[in-house]
Amino acid sequence: MNGSRAVLTRPHLVLTLAALVVAAALPFTVKNFILFQLTLAMVYAIAILGLNLLTGFNGQFSLGHSAFFAIGAYTAAIMMDRLGIAYYWTLPAAGVACFGFGFLFGLPALRLEGIYLALATFALAVATPQILKSTPLEPWTGGVQGIVILKPDAPFGLPLSSDQWLYYLTLAVVIVMFAGAANLINSRSGRAIVAIRDNPIAARAMGIDISSYKSLTFGVSAFYTGVAGALGAIVIQFVAPDSFTFAFAIGLFVGLVVGGVGSIAGALFGGLFVLFVPNIAEQVSKGLAGAVYGVILILVIYLMPSGAAGLVRLVVSKFARTTARQN
Amino acid sequence: MTSQKLGSRGLRLLTLTALGLVLGLAPALAQKKYDPGASDTEIKVGNIMPYSGPASAYGLIGKTIAAYFKKVNADGGINGRKINFISYDDAYSPPKAVEQARKLVESDEVLLIFQSLGTPSNTAIQKYMNAKKVPQLFVATGATKWGDPKNFPWTMGWQPPYQAEGRIYAAHLLEKYPNAKIGILYQNDDYGKDYVKGMKDGLGAKAATMIVSEQPYETSDPTVDSQIVNLKASGADVFFNVTTPKFAAQAIKKAAEIGWKPLHLLNNVSQSVGGVLKPAGLENSIGIVSSYYLKDATDPAWANDAGYKDWLAFMNQYFPDGDKTSSFTVYGYSVAQTLVQVLKQCGDDLTRDNVMKQAAGLKDVEFGMLLPGIKINTSATDFYPIKQMQLQRFNGERWQSIGPVMNGSLGGT
Amino acid sequence: MELFVHQVLAGLSTGGIYACMALAIVMIYQAIDQLNFAQGEMAMFSTFIAWQFLQWGLPYWPAFILTVAVSFVGGVVIEQVVFKPLKSAPVLSHIVVFIALFAILNSGAGFIWDYSIKSFPTPFGTTPLFGTGLISSHDAGMIAMTVILLLLLFVFFRYTRIGLAMRATAANPDSARLVGIRVGWMIALGWGMAAAIGAVAGMMIAPVVFLEPNMMLSILLYGFAGAVVGGLTSPFGAVVGGFLVGVIENLAGTFIPYVGRELKFTIALTLIVAVLTVRPSGLFGRVVVTRV
Repeated sequence: MNGSRAVLTRPHLVLTLAALVVAAALPFTVKNFILFQLTLAMVYAIAILGLNLLTGFNGQFSLGHSAFFAIGAYTAAIMMDRLGIAYYWTLPAAGVACFGFGFLFGLPALRLEGIYLALATFALAVATPQILKSTPLEPWTGGVQGIVILKPDAPFGLPLSSDQWLYYLTLAVVIVMFAGAANLINSRSGRAIVAIRDNPIAARAMGIDISSYKSLTFGVSAFYTGVAGALGAIVIQFVAPDSFTFAFAIGLFVGLVVGGVGSIAGALFGGLFVLFVPNIAEQVSKGLAGAVYGVILILVIYLMPSGAAGLVRLVVSKFARTTARQN
Repeated sequence: MTSQKLGSRGLRLLTLTALGLVLGLAPALAQKKYDPGASDTEIKVGNIMPYSGPASAYGLIGKTIAAYFKKVNADGGINGRKINFISYDDAYSPPKAVEQARKLVESDEVLLIFQSLGTPSNTAIQKYMNAKKVPQLFVATGATKWGDPKNFPWTMGWQPPYQAEGRIYAAHLLEKYPNAKIGILYQNDDYGKDYVKGMKDGLGAKAATMIVSEQPYETSDPTVDSQIVNLKASGADVFFNVTTPKFAAQAIKKAAEIGWKPLHLLNNVSQSVGGVLKPAGLENSIGIVSSYYLKDATDPAWANDAGYKDWLAFMNQYFPDGDKTSSFTVYGYSVAQTLVQVLKQCGDDLTRDNVMKQAAGLKDVEFGMLLPGIKINTSATDFYPIKQMQLQRFNGERWQSIGPVMNGSLGGT
Repeated sequence: MELFVHQVLAGLSTGGIYACMALAIVMIYQAIDQLNFAQGEMAMFSTFIAWQFLQWGLPYWPAFILTVAVSFVGGVVIEQVVFKPLKSAPVLSHIVVFIALFAILNSGAGFIWDYSIKSFPTPFGTTPLFGTGLISSHDAGMIAMTVILLLLLFVFFRYTRIGLAMRATAANPDSARLVGIRVGWMIALGWGMAAAIGAVAGMMIAPVVFLEPNMMLSILLYGFAGAVVGGLTSPFGAVVGGFLVGVIENLAGTFIPYVGRELKFTIALTLIVAVLTVRPSGLFGRVVVTRV
């Protein structure tokens, strides 16, 4: 019922354009450090969107997206540091590599439902740091020490700082990928994907090839998170197994729910939440930061059970009803 | 060119002018110099610690440091300036550490970042700190790579590097037990591997024959029982135990339970009597050999020691909730004292350059809770403030020194 | 061969811990049909409460019973205060609330009792059994406690009216309500029981791994693995699953060359996932068939 279509009506379009204008102007009004944080929030938003495609729109529960984020990040780091390839090639490469991994993982996962799929993906999340640290792979991954990468400067000698350039790059990627996701959801494939979530038996009865769609969605979802991972690696300039623990997968999941399951725009809110709310919690109380974070989470779920997107939908529909009644 | 000779009047004029110039410049030379974070009234010191997450036990160090700076401020501050200690949580996650470091440098504009904890977090911010030319001072990890002034002139460690300690144990073994069979339990990360490297380097050519088993463990493992079983089965009669407190206690207990009594070499991260040996069982810990550079606060031998009494007074007044049995409070106290010394030496020249210069100019500095004979020394080419350690053996009640203070510097024993 | 036997024994001993935890997880899964991520933290918090009672001078068994009672009440309170108001929220939101509860309990315990390790006594002593010291009397006591709990649960669900009512609520809340079962109370009861079992698990586990706020996270994950491989609908399967995970992990770590030591948990998990692909409901789980 929720989030089955990405609607682009007139008010939506106006809002989106306004948001884009603000976003484009930001680098000239805020400090580099805030830009860095916003860039990171956008990176997480893309990762959350990937998770959303799988869990929100296709109903496959994943607790393991930290693994795809890690694969994307390490792909970028290895390409830049060990192979000397420029950073812009790492994004599509990371995406393709993750698509492959995601698709391959999706195949055996076809047999698993709900909790059992959660465990399988959680196994993936736990295994990834261990595999990254392991000795056979150490020459490539740098083992525990990780890999340090250089931050790229703005190309063509543009008068932008490194932070500003990365912000714009990330913003561009966000626009492209979010538009792509909206396109996907509105297409026939998108409807099939959602149908599989809502009622798999009926979907099969209608002739939808469940297995292919589920595996493909896994792949696409991993693609998105992988690209986010590559971007993240470039922005932070460092990858290490400790950056991609199970706790990170949980963080992405929290961002998904808080933003709104099955909402594309909600992923942005999720990304901002995941980045900024722990900082807010820390400011409230150093010793009890975790407890404050937990309380905030509970309040958020209480006030917005369907996430930020759900709240927006509620407000908009109430507003629409009152205007309709007045007319 | 004039051939005019200076008359006595000209000479007097010249002297007066010169004098005037010198007097005029002198105040300018003695003028205060500040980099961001320093002012007439305060010095902003940044810090990143894991207050949450898997390494949250180390947060105690940050809390001890904060308490110590409170005391320093209450006693008048440093050259009249109060310390503003800004400490952020990174939950032991490198991306978060990067974010917090940037916040401290770019948003809070601290003078330096001090005692940031954890090898992954410090690795993540090292390049940034050096690029921004902000001191990354006295990092809270013993990884050997922090003493590299040529490549990273703004980064300096504090505690004895892990490899140095590993080498000290190796030297001890080669001297006293040259035919030993060594089994190693180590945490599968930077810290653990650094110790193992030190041991192997110290054993040299004999490493391959002496080391019969290496068992890694992850911090996500609930117990290390399986590894201990493997170590015993390998026939090792020396146990090199490279574990953090919780796992050290488990290892000591399990070894005793399965009746394995090797020569037990325990890394100094876990040598706290109250924090590790007591939970593990004091009788199980008899004979354990370790090495350390700080006084153990639970050792009754220091009861009348001036340095200990100062520390105890500090804890009672400024940090009464702090765990007095944990070596982390002694560690935090001592490293905070080191920073205060450096900042005092800076005088009114509180530039980042000068902070590093003073940090690299510590000569034979001693503090109350350092073991007698252990002094802090740095130079422009030596970024390892503490290199000396004291081998000690646990007798069931306290650590007893064996042998002299040993120097584990990377140049040689 | 001897090493093999030793590792199996050690695996059974650690597996006992996982089995205990797995039982608590399955218990609450049966009551509310969801995995409680905060189960481990609840157990840890209960154990700290027990430790506090012991610090205040109470002898072991009174402290034990009191802690179980307090935990039961605590579980009911959590259900009423946190989860009841959110009943109508989507499933995924519930999981976020579990995560929030985890954060609150973990942070709270660290704040109140700090992060240094504490030893927790065992009522069973630590004399080595079978002459090896690989399984001590405490391990045997822990396993015995788990089995007793298992039997008690079995009797409760099969032969008491309340047990039957709880099973009905979990299976079909609407029908249960229609026959007059107080569904709300059943859910609260389920939470209380899960919290109590968790407390027992925590008090059994702490003597082995030492008490500190982060002690339960990894055990929770292993417990999950054990519960799932055994089948989430079968308490017996959960216990078996816990033991299985312990033994497999030890054997994998010891005998798989080169990568075994570093990837123990990964290998164990891979095996579990493999089991699941063959038997999607776990080894002993009941296959649930839904009518269209």
